[in-house]
Order: sequence, then C-alpha cells, then structure tokens
Amino acid sequence: MALYTIRRLAAVFPILIIISFLTFFLINLSPFNPAEILLQARGIPVITDDLILQTEEELGLNDPFIVQYFNWLMDCFQLNFGTSYVTGEPVWNEIKPAFINTLKLTVLSSFIIVGLSILLGVICAINEGKFIDKSVRSMSFVLIGMPSYWLASLMIWYFSVELDLLPTSGMSSAESYILPVSIITVSYVGIYFRVIRTSMLSNLNEDYVFYGRASGLPEKKITLHLLRNSLQVSISVFCMGIPTILGGTVVIENIFAWPGLGSLSVDSILKRDFPIIQTYVLLLGASFVVFNTLSDLINMTLNPKLRKGF
Amino acid sequence: MNLLEVRALKVWNKNDNVSIVQDSSFELKEGSCLAIVGESGSGKSVTCQAITRLNKPSLQQSGEILFKGEDLTHLSNKVMRKRRGKNICMIIQNGMSAFDPTCVVGVHLRETINEHFDWSKGKVEDRLLEAMRSVMLKHPAEILKKYPHQLSGGMLQRIMIALSIVLEPDIIIADEPTTALDTVSQYEVIEQFIKLRQNVGCSMIFVSHDLGVVRRIADEVLVMKDGAIVERGRNEDIFENPQHEYTKYLISTRRSLNDHFRRIMKEEL
Repeated sequence: MALYTIRRLAAVFPILIIISFLTFFLINLSPFNPAEILLQARGIPVITDDLILQTEEELGLNDPFIVQYFNWLMDCFQLNFGTSYVTGEPVWNEIKPAFINTLKLTVLSSFIIVGLSILLGVICAINEGKFIDKSVRSMSFVLIGMPSYWLASLMIWYFSVELDLLPTSGMSSAESYILPVSIITVSYVGIYFRVIRTSMLSNLNEDYVFYGRASGLPEKKITLHLLRNSLQVSISVFCMGIPTILGGTVVIENIFAWPGLGSLSVDSILKRDFPIIQTYVLLLGASFVVFNTLSDLINMTLNPKLRKGF
Repeated sequence: MNLLEVRALKVWNKNDNVSIVQDSSFELKEGSCLAIVGESGSGKSVTCQAITRLNKPSLQQSGEILFKGEDLTHLSNKVMRKRRGKNICMIIQNGMSAFDPTCVVGVHLRETINEHFDWSKGKVEDRLLEAMRSVMLKHPAEILKKYPHQLSGGMLQRIMIALSIVLEPDIIIADEPTTALDTVSQYEVIEQFIKLRQNVGCSMIFVSHDLGVVRRIADEVLVMKDGAIVERGRNEDIFENPQHEYTKYLISTRRSLNDHFRRIMKEEL
C-alpha cells in the first residue's frame, strides 16, 4: 500500500513536466509577438523595430526554444512565474488571490455536490421507478437543461431584486456565496447523482446483494454495501469534477463579479497577457493531475483488488 | 413429517407474461435431502428463489409455500427477512462474488450472525472459528481478515457452509454449490455437505445438474424440464429405473460420458 502510494506519487512528476511543456509550446505557437504586446500594454506611443528587438533581447526571446523553456521551467520550480505584461506585477501576486477566491467557491460547491449527489442517488436507486425517483430525475433534467447564465440571472432577479434577500454580486459577505454556489451545485448534482444511481442499480444484480438478502441482512446494511461499491466509479468522476469546476467558473464569476480565476483568465486572454495565461493553464493542468492521483489513492483504499500487483 | 410444502407454485415474468415455473408442487420431509436436477433454464433456481421470495421484482409468483405450516407468501417483508438465514439458509453458486468485494469476508459473516442472535462478541467469534475449522478451513482467524479475491472458490463455498453451520437453519437451500468449482474443490465441498447433513441434521434442497453429486447426496430427486416437474422419486428409483424420457436421456448422457472417459483412460494405461 505504502509502496503503491509512493510509486503513484512518483508518476506525477513526469506528467507535470509534460503539461508544462505543452503549456509553453502552445503559448509559443501564438502568432503575436510578446515584445510587441508588452510595449503596447505599457503605453509606449511609437513602437519602432529597434525597440522591439531590444525588448526581445530583454525577455530572452532570441534564445532557442528549448533554452527558453528550461529557463521558464526552472523559474516555475521556484514559484516565479514571471511578470505580467500588463501590470508589471509578478504573476503569482495576481493569480494567488484570484485562485483562493475561486478555490473557496469550488471547495464549498464540491462538498455540497458530493453530499447531495450521494443522497439523491441513493434515494432514487432504492426507490427505482417509483414516483420519487421519477420526479427527482425529471426535475434534474429540467435544471440541467437551463443554461447556468440564464438560471443565474433569474435567481438574481428573484432573490436579490424582488425579495432583496441576497447580494446581487461580489463577495462581500457569507451570503454572497449562496447564489453562485447553488448555481454551480445545480448543474453538477443533476449529472452526478445519476452516476451514483446507475452504479448502485448495476450493483443491485451482484451476487453479494442476493446472498446478503438470503442471509437475512436488513436493507439498510445492504444499501451501505451497495454504496461502498458504487462510490468507486463516482469517486473518479467527483475527483475529475473538482478541477472542472475550478476551470469552469468563468460564466458564474462574470455574472456575479466574483474576483476569481475565471474572470482573471478571460481578462488576460483579451489583453494577451501571456505569463498569466501560461500560469493559469499550468495551474489547472496540475490540479487535474493532483485530483486524478487523489482519486486513484482513494479508490485503492476502497477497492482491495486494485492493490494487487503492488 | 413435511417441513416444507410447495403447492401449485407458478412463477412468471410480468413484463412479457412468459411462464418460468408451471404449477409445481413438492414437499421436503424433515431431515431429508431433496435434489432438483435439470438443464440450465429449467427453472430450478427460480423455484428456490421463490421459496425465499428473492426473485427479481419483474418475476411474480402464485401458490402456497408452507414452512412448518406457515404460508411464507403471506408474511410481511420484515418477518420474511427473519426467516431467511435463520430458518431457511441459502448457499449460492458463485462463492467468488457472494461476498462484498470491498470488505473482508468476516464482515458479512459477523453481520449475519449478529442479525439473528444476541451473542457476545467472543461467542460469535468462537462459534464462527469452530464452524470454519469443522469444514476443514485452516487458519480460520486469518481467513476472516482476507478479501474475497484473496481466497479460492472452494474456500468461499466452505465459508458459506460454515456460516450455515453457525446459523443452524431448518432448511439449507444449496443452489448449484459446486458448479463453479474445479474437480478437487468440488469433492471437498461435497464432503462437507454430506458431513453437514449428518451433523446438523437439517433438511436440504440441493439444486444441481451434476448427477454424480446428486446420486451421492440426495434422498429424493425432482427432475425439472422447461419449468415443469417431469419426474420425481426416491434416489435409487430415479437412477435405476427412470420413467420419463428426459430423465432417461439425462442419465444416459452421463453414462456415455463416463464410458467415454473410461475408454480414454484405458487407452492411456
């Protein structure tokens, strides 16, 4: 078990290196000249060819691609992600507060999503085909079908404007979380509780369920066994869901003026602020790797068969 | 005395109205072993599951199932659940998948015992280990800490037998308990079944399509084909003097297989 954990963690590093290379490579494919963007962003009125050449020299853009990549990678290891072309601030100072704001939103939503999905999934699975199962499923269908920006506007109009209960935007108080978190939750729970439901229903035909019943175990205990087995599929889905939320809050953040990663990344893309885009992509890529590893490790504790061979 | 009487049992699929078991009636005498034989799909398992009311929800059943004079089909789910395991204990075909793969096997065994008895922790453990030793499982305490995939099919089958020894049920229903095993494990498991009958003295319904096993273990035999009982009788009568065409066919195929085997063995010698 310990050996497997170490091996699994060791495998993370090459993947991170590949991600970093792809990030750097793709940004370099962009047709824009970073030196030109930097000069434009700093408000230099006349951009001469000489000036561009000089800036290229400063940024090290004349070095071979591989050298540039290694310089950047070495800096990244020291958490130095360069300086923003637009503000001239270190990238980390720009990204860190935005990342933390988005993380708060993500963590809170994830907990609610996981809890609610398991609850609804179990309720629907044990009442398969009955009224409650059908109504929860059709409700979720309607809710997923609604675009989140539209649902968000609707909720802002009702709860913030009509009833004047919640703030319309920003993150001034704990109440500010309610609307964005519920919008994110609605769109994910509708999908994830189905994963749990389907997985439980397919486990229902397993022999251990039959033998448990034939041994006279109460349904409550059998449901717990079912859930334990069904969670394995769901944990991979949940763990991949968290970085997806992290990267997918763009729409929600824009509607609620949430000062998070989503807003920052869109802003940077529009201004072609390459160092920030690069770091943002790297950060998201790394979080996918981290959560993927986490899901493997959790599954391994849940499913002893996966430990075989390690 | 009849411990279990099945009267006019019918099982059908309510979705397409296909009949699976047609009008079966049979009884199980106290202390005897009734074998149900027949090919796959003849309704043997469905009959057994109908007795414990554990068929899939899409299957519906009618008829009376009298256990000690009490009609099981009229019991509430809660009372029926108490009958399962404690009064009517099942041993299923596939030991490898009979236990929750994410838990050690001890979990299921202890859960079941605690469900039916108010025993202290120590007593549960003592009884369980004793029963496991009696079915020739070595190092039972270690086995309880193993996951199902770490044990062999034969061991898991014997663990199920051990559980039924602890539960001391009135009836054991063994649904093809040896089909998924290799020949050596089959032999070991059958030995345990014969011992179980001698020691616990319970009645048994033994479902199998292995006539060799049935010949050794059964007192009475039911032959099923396409959901109907085509022949019934005492063990010796069925094997020595089969009446129905299908029974004759089953016994003759077995005989020809045996002859073939003997011929090959002779050639090898």
